[in-house]
Amino acid sequence: MITSILQYLHSNVTPGEDGSLFWVTVYVLLVFAGISVGVIFMNWFERKVMAHMQVRIGPMRVGPHGLLQPLADALKLIIKEDLMPTNADKIVFWFAPVCVVMTAFCGFIVVPFGRTHAITDMNIGILFMLGVSSVGVLGVIMAGWASNSHYPLMGSLRSGAQMVSYEIAMSMTVVSAVMMTSMATGTGTLSMIGIVQAQLQQRTWFAFSFFPVGLTALGVFAIAMVAETNRAPFDLPEAESELVAGFLTEYSGFRWSLFFLAEYASMMSVSAIATTLWLGGWLRPFPNLLGGKTWDIAFSLVPGITFLLLSALCLFYFTRMPKIRAMRKEALGLAGFGCVLGAIGLVMLLPGVRVRVQDIYWFCIKAGFFMYLYIWYRTTFPRYRFDQLMTIGWKVLLPISIGVVILTAMIGVRHELLALVWR
Amino acid sequence: MSDNQFYDSLEEEKEPGRTFLDSNELVLNMGPQHPSTHGVLRVILKLDGEKVNGLECVIGYLHRGIEKIAENRTWAQFGPFVDRLDYTAAVSNSMGYCLAVEKLLGVEVPKRAQYLRVILTELCRIASHQVWLGTHVLDIGAVTPLFYAFRDREDILNVFEKYCGARLTTHAFRIGGCRWDAYAGFAEEVLHICDDLGPKIDEYRDLITGNRIWLQRTKNVGYISAEDCVAYSITGPVLRASGVKWDLRKRQPYSSYEDFDFDIPIGTAGDTFDRYMVRVEEMRQSIRIVRQAMEGLMEGPIIAKVPKVIKPPVGEVYVSIEAPKGELGYFLVSDGTAQPYRVRVRPPSFINLQALEKMAKGSLVADVVAIIGTLDIVLGEVDR
Amino acid sequence: MPEVPEGNPVPEKAPAAPAPVAAVPAASTKPAPVPWESTLVQQLRTAYGDRICNATTFAGQNYIVVDRSVCHDVLLNLYEQSDYTSLTDLTAVHYPKDELPFEMVWILHSMSANERVRVKARFADGEAVPTLTDRWVGANWMEREVYDMFGVRFAGHPDLRRILLPEEWTGHPLRKDYGPHQQDEGWVRKNLGIESGQ
Repeated sequence: MITSILQYLHSNVTPGEDGSLFWVTVYVLLVFAGISVGVIFMNWFERKVMAHMQVRIGPMRVGPHGLLQPLADALKLIIKEDLMPTNADKIVFWFAPVCVVMTAFCGFIVVPFGRTHAITDMNIGILFMLGVSSVGVLGVIMAGWASNSHYPLMGSLRSGAQMVSYEIAMSMTVVSAVMMTSMATGTGTLSMIGIVQAQLQQRTWFAFSFFPVGLTALGVFAIAMVAETNRAPFDLPEAESELVAGFLTEYSGFRWSLFFLAEYASMMSVSAIATTLWLGGWLRPFPNLLGGKTWDIAFSLVPGITFLLLSALCLFYFTRMPKIRAMRKEALGLAGFGCVLGAIGLVMLLPGVRVRVQDIYWFCIKAGFFMYLYIWYRTTFPRYRFDQLMTIGWKVLLPISIGVVILTAMIGVRHELLALVWR
Repeated sequence: MSDNQFYDSLEEEKEPGRTFLDSNELVLNMGPQHPSTHGVLRVILKLDGEKVNGLECVIGYLHRGIEKIAENRTWAQFGPFVDRLDYTAAVSNSMGYCLAVEKLLGVEVPKRAQYLRVILTELCRIASHQVWLGTHVLDIGAVTPLFYAFRDREDILNVFEKYCGARLTTHAFRIGGCRWDAYAGFAEEVLHICDDLGPKIDEYRDLITGNRIWLQRTKNVGYISAEDCVAYSITGPVLRASGVKWDLRKRQPYSSYEDFDFDIPIGTAGDTFDRYMVRVEEMRQSIRIVRQAMEGLMEGPIIAKVPKVIKPPVGEVYVSIEAPKGELGYFLVSDGTAQPYRVRVRPPSFINLQALEKMAKGSLVADVVAIIGTLDIVLGEVDR
Repeated sequence: MPEVPEGNPVPEKAPAAPAPVAAVPAASTKPAPVPWESTLVQQLRTAYGDRICNATTFAGQNYIVVDRSVCHDVLLNLYEQSDYTSLTDLTAVHYPKDELPFEMVWILHSMSANERVRVKARFADGEAVPTLTDRWVGANWMEREVYDMFGVRFAGHPDLRRILLPEEWTGHPLRKDYGPHQQDEGWVRKNLGIESGQ
């Protein structure tokens, strides 16, 4: 049995391609757990980062530096009373959060954390992800409908309209990225792993290729994805100080936490798309330019070193904690957390492990950058009014993204075009 | 008849010429409890889709009968009640009331007390504008400047606390002058605030003023012309942002304001953005005034000789000051006894709030919140 | 104290306060009413004759007492002829012992001349006061408040109803016959479900 596990670890395809049901299940559970942990971490991270940007410190009480705060919130939400409006459509009311969560998590089937670290590699990967996120819009509209109150209904329709408008601009830029995969070989691919391999082959991340086309495409996608997930500055439908209540109004307790889970999961999903399509997915920086064995080893040490640095930070803060009896549990918790991080870091330095893990690490760093951008936007920008929001979606982003597609297409057939011109 | 004809006939009953494609008017209630009405204000909106067709304010949820209470207290006992009107700028209210009673009595406040009053009132103006800035920007969606503004306001509230023991409802002044002199360290702390606040206002500017989303949300939102301002009796930064050069500190100076050199920011466009710029600039000018007053603070008594039981002569007087919200006036009627016969507070927020319908009509729902914020109303003053 | 509608100033009460001490920089002078002479007053007297009952200066502030029949015209005259374009305040005072118990006070303001003037007129209980909403839009809420607090009706007001108190409240609190702790007990019992005064 151990030999079969070890043998499997040396495979060079994803379990879906391999056809092994057992490993697919294992990977599904791992991804599901990973996304959930990611959501929990994002909650803590968002509160801390927002707080520090607002000259305060955020949660500090529950767990050392508030690390257990998300768990406390989750527990509270689970034990809350489950309310349903009297005349609400019960089945739809129940199903709406389920729908949103399902679609948000389903997108992760094709997200490649590494060459073999994906549940499967569909050859229509990116199309699948976009399609699944579109189904999520239905969940939003169902939520507003089932609330049996016309303010949440209007809020959900506005939300839905916003998501649909920005999906078009998003899809156009995705088309341009897919076209770029065909620049070297003449055949493109919709498969997520294929897109990253095309970037490896063309020796450049698509964000930097054919400057400024790639960067514009990434920029448009980065703005559209914020609107797609109903986050600031495009969060009018769920803003507290506006009049038309958001679609979430009638949801409380666990159902609300499902929406919240879905929101963060979809944020991570679109960040994953952005990373894969434009920032080189799981590739480490400069895989071709700084190639060779020594560079490979050097870069593969980075994850382990990062975790060791984080653990050093935790232990440093542990030494600075007040040495009073009341803080003993917290101090020990922080020390324990630091030790756990240190242990993970040490494990990641082992040669066998670090080769497998480095892809995941680079992918998460790049996606994490987009998540940080999300938090930064929320802290800094005021909200757009709804008509201004729709104007940007249709009159600004859509023309730019169509222009990007046309430019990419022209670049793709540049030899033929030049031949035409010079004849 | 066909379905369409049936539905059309229903609409015809309501109004001739309507068809079932015409949208109905939605009446939306922005109830007394709402995160962005700055207190207990109820606004009933008549919407056509997103557009506001009409608006009605329902007020009185914070009515405490302060004017009736005044008739049952002595002149000095009414002092603390005045703070509770515009509770974000309590020192200002106190200044106005004391000036009014002093005019009725005919007492001359000593110069040192006048300067102290100016320092504290201008600090209070900055504090009030910071509350306005934080909450107004929060309503429009930017969550961060609120914390910056309230952090900076802490310094000013600390000065108030050291001076008179209270941060918010201060009862800072007495009839005839000030009750307490400047405490040891007052000058250092106040000048420290002046030095610190300049760069911090620049921080607000960097975070908000140049932000294109802010510009899009505030330019051409809530426009009111200068003529309408005068017709609605609007005063304060709203009036100045519409282009009317009117500030009581310059035109009818009181309490030694004529000794100080400061500018009055005047806007041109009369929209939300200009009102925002006028108030931010007023904060800077207040810092100037405070600095000059601190430098010019001379020695002397801090309170005039006023009898223990204040019995002004029979008569009436109307005294108004430039409060942070607008022209705050006190109309006092005395019948010669120790209790006022009538105290009328001219509340700038109440009178400015009338213009909400004019400013919000025709704009979108999301702008109503911005316009309420830009009028800078405090319900304590609206309802008294 | 009632304003005597004559040209003579009311005799001043004997000062109850002691004389100011030398420490105070300027001698505090108790204000006394002084007749107010100016071109504006002359204009008004030529226009309205003896219906301008009184023009006085008290504590440096000018006010005119007019007869109730001409108050609206005087105010519009001030707006049109003398550029008193701004209505600063509008209020009432209740003198229950007088024959005309309600004194309406209008405070007008000229920005160009930087002058304020008060116009006062007496009205009977139940009599309607002419509204100023035809000229000053801002008078709308001010008059509603006077109606709410005093019960004074305004003739021609577009929307005269209570503004600070609930619509169904009975009683007008700022009248002198309304006690300081008095409440509309029926309204409280019906709408709040408690006994008044808790």
